[in-house]
Amino acid sequence: MRVFKRSIDLAATLFILLFSIGVSANSSSDEKEEGPVNTQEEVEGYILHHIKDSHDFHLFSYTNSEGERKHVGFPLPVIVWSSEGLVSFMSSKFHHDDSGEHIVEAGGTRFVKLHSKIYELESGAEEISFDEEHHPVNAHKVLDFSITKSVFGMLLIGILMLLWFGGLARQYKSKQIPTGFGRILEPLVIYVRDEIAKPNIGHKYRQFTGYLLTVFFFIWILNLLGLTPFGFNVTGQIAVTAALAIFTLVIYTFKGNKDYWEHMLWMPGVPVLIRPVLAVIELAGAFLIKPFSLLVRLFANISAGHIVVMSLIAILITMKSELTVFGSGLLSFVLSLFITLIELLVAFLQAYIFTMLSALFIGMAVAEHDHGHDHEEDDAEGVRADFI
Amino acid sequence: MEQLLNDFSPGLFVMQTLIMLVLIFIMAKYAWKPIMNSVEKREEGIKDALEAAEAAKKEMQNVTADSEKLLREAKVERDALLKEAREIKESIISEAKEQAQVEGDKMIKQAQATIESEKKAAVADIKAQVANLSVEIAEKVIKEELSDKGKQQKLVEDMLGDIKLN
Repeated sequence: MRVFKRSIDLAATLFILLFSIGVSANSSSDEKEEGPVNTQEEVEGYILHHIKDSHDFHLFSYTNSEGERKHVGFPLPVIVWSSEGLVSFMSSKFHHDDSGEHIVEAGGTRFVKLHSKIYELESGAEEISFDEEHHPVNAHKVLDFSITKSVFGMLLIGILMLLWFGGLARQYKSKQIPTGFGRILEPLVIYVRDEIAKPNIGHKYRQFTGYLLTVFFFIWILNLLGLTPFGFNVTGQIAVTAALAIFTLVIYTFKGNKDYWEHMLWMPGVPVLIRPVLAVIELAGAFLIKPFSLLVRLFANISAGHIVVMSLIAILITMKSELTVFGSGLLSFVLSLFITLIELLVAFLQAYIFTMLSALFIGMAVAEHDHGHDHEEDDAEGVRADFI
Repeated sequence: MEQLLNDFSPGLFVMQTLIMLVLIFIMAKYAWKPIMNSVEKREEGIKDALEAAEAAKKEMQNVTADSEKLLREAKVERDALLKEAREIKESIISEAKEQAQVEGDKMIKQAQATIESEKKAAVADIKAQVANLSVEIAEKVIKEELSDKGKQQKLVEDMLGDIKLN
């Protein structure tokens, strides 16, 4: 217990330290005039910008008495694989520029940030230039391993999960029934085991609980984190959901048994001529449709949720002239409160669906089919027993 | 679609994959495995305890049934004993009564016999005494009678007359 408390203290201290450094570093930064977000176009741009990943942790901006625009937040490290190899610097070097104007020289090459992406300028180029469709012509994207806001969020949640569930695990050493926060966590773990893993996978569920539990709590907590005003949108990043979906794909592909492959490649019980056609469909299902449905469902639900909540909050600004400040404020408050409550449900639901479908796909891959139909009854009994 | 592909960040994908791999590994080792083991152990314990309780209940029922059976048997035995005792008592009493009767009868008979013999003896005694008295009286009378000659004659004649009559 003492170790647990001490590690929480450590994490909190680190967090505060990082935060304070960030704030102090930013408050001195000079920044060109941007002004608050007021028009509908600006709101739309702001929302679209928000649902993307960002390279610094931005909390809020304000204009001080001297008319200077101040940003409160802290920078995050940028790590990119450029033509000169791995280069890293703090994101504060971009000075909150997102239009590619501010050039950062690091590691012998030059970078700009454009729409939350880091571009490396071609050698010799002094500033970025665009074609008619606003694509940069003299710069190219780099592999961006930065600790972006999403990565930061994931690390935070990873540490949090480790503290919470590690603490719960440690509680069992001294007592049978956990106390405190563990008493809330334990039923959730049992819920995932009994309602997701066991019914979908059957008696072989045990070896997959590690993945299913991790992915469930990871997605759920990150979804909830996305509803806080810190503005994380981790599970709304397509790269994140794609990685998660590929984890599931890898697991059910490598854990799939002979039956699974036989049913996929050479379906028994159907005319031979149809078998290759079915194999194509099955292969497409297993390697494209299943992971794609997983990744798009999560990504789209969470992104849509963020867009809706922010749009409803933006009613306060966009409908001010029609409804007065009070009217638009009330409308915005009521609607966004309602949608946020639904989003709370969606946060859980999407985590549940992702985990449940992963378990289902894994269960289909490891299920033992019975072709002899001799012990059909036994099998049914077994399945029923697994469900109970 | 182009927007989606543009938004897809390979770097973030790599980072997510790495973080997830590490997280799954660490969580499985330090959290899920001990939690699962403990929960399963506890569930097993609860199941065992319930089964033990059930078994104990059954045992208890058996014991109760046994004791009831014993009690019933004891009752039956007691009743039988009591009945036997009563029978014995009755038989003893009746035997005693019979014996007493027999004894009494015997004693009464003896007493009667004794009485009879005593009576006989007494009667004989009385007879003897009466006979003696009669003889003495007769002697005295005869002595009186025979003191006078006429009278003696008369007597002899009477006697002779009687004999004739006989």
